[in-house]
Amino acid sequence: MIISIASGKGGTGKTTVAVNLALSLGDVQLLDCDVEEPNCHIFIKPVFESRHAVFIPVPVVNQNKCDGCGRCQEVCLYNAVAVVKKEVLIFPELCHGCGSCTYFCPHRAIEEEKKEIGVIEIGKNGEIQFVHGKLNVGMMMSPPVIRAVKKHINKKKTVIIDAPPGTSCPVITAIKDTDFVILVTEPTPFGLNDLLLAVEVVRKLGISFGVIINRSGLGNKKTDEYCAGENIPILMRIPFSKKIAGIYSRGDPIIKALPEYIKEFRELYKKIEQIKVSPG
Amino acid sequence: MKVAITSSGPTLQSNVDPRFGRCPYYIIYDTEDGSFKAVENKSSLAAGGAGIQAAQNISNIKVEAVVTGNVGPNAFRVLSAASIKIYSGATGSVKDAIEKFKNGEYKETTGPDVGSHFGMGRK
Repeated sequence: MIISIASGKGGTGKTTVAVNLALSLGDVQLLDCDVEEPNCHIFIKPVFESRHAVFIPVPVVNQNKCDGCGRCQEVCLYNAVAVVKKEVLIFPELCHGCGSCTYFCPHRAIEEEKKEIGVIEIGKNGEIQFVHGKLNVGMMMSPPVIRAVKKHINKKKTVIIDAPPGTSCPVITAIKDTDFVILVTEPTPFGLNDLLLAVEVVRKLGISFGVIINRSGLGNKKTDEYCAGENIPILMRIPFSKKIAGIYSRGDPIIKALPEYIKEFRELYKKIEQIKVSPG
Repeated sequence: MKVAITSSGPTLQSNVDPRFGRCPYYIIYDTEDGSFKAVENKSSLAAGGAGIQAAQNISNIKVEAVVTGNVGPNAFRVLSAASIKIYSGATGSVKDAIEKFKNGEYKETTGPDVGSHFGMGRK
């Protein structure tokens, strides 16, 4: 089973859940797909065994073949191409590497060059297989790096994916084709607002999901009421506690300092299995 | 000569919009006969590359000069390649900006004066 962990709002505790679930289950694969600021490795402390660059194809114009017709500009959905005075201007930082300009050029004047946008690193700590991606500084396009991480999914194991925050392309890339999404939220107005957006995304993708309320005890009851009204299962609550915050800020998993949580995270996994067996 | 002024609305009384790529309208003013028309900026809500797309559109309608508040690096590159002159730092109403332009009160801009994403409300 592939479980992804997403949130809508940032800083709700995705990494906390991903890392502690992975360590509590033991024999799993953990993929950190928050490639703009991956931090699972701080808690897992893996030994990295290999490292691969991630490239996207960026168009380069062969001036000898180009007649400045402007077709490449018309088909680019990302405004990465301008054609003025028969000259083609390419903006590589806006290019998504979709290949449309190359495909549609009537003169075959566009060639593709590989541009490095990030790296992935593969390692392990004990039974935990670990892969994460790192988007290079200054790059804006994280989905290709996320896809590169997900290519290493090991279907023989339980896979846990730490997704980036938000509700846009990077999140969708991370949670797509997973079997279950855990949405981590906090019981505050901001947490609830962004939870609603995240629920909308997950429903559209048709993936079953449940909620974990982190910093439980803070804020108000509105998140509980919302989940009850929408029939969304609340899978777990992690209390709003100075002790847990302290453990996290030292770079330790909760279960290291509070081993009683191992049982809780294993039960979380069992609940997810049950939902998958008998949905609804 | 056709001049494009970045505008917050479709009339000469509208204020100059400080953003080149994400302004809602361009007032296209013809210095020859004093006529003008308002053109909606279809790039104002683009997810990315608004300045590039806007400069492309401005170039397609044979504008020769742009009067605006600020211009970013990508729009600057396209406008320069199209040999469109850029006059930034304009404020107040579009009407005033046209007068100032005609009186030669604006200096031609020689480089981008804001970074990428200025028009998205970030600095």
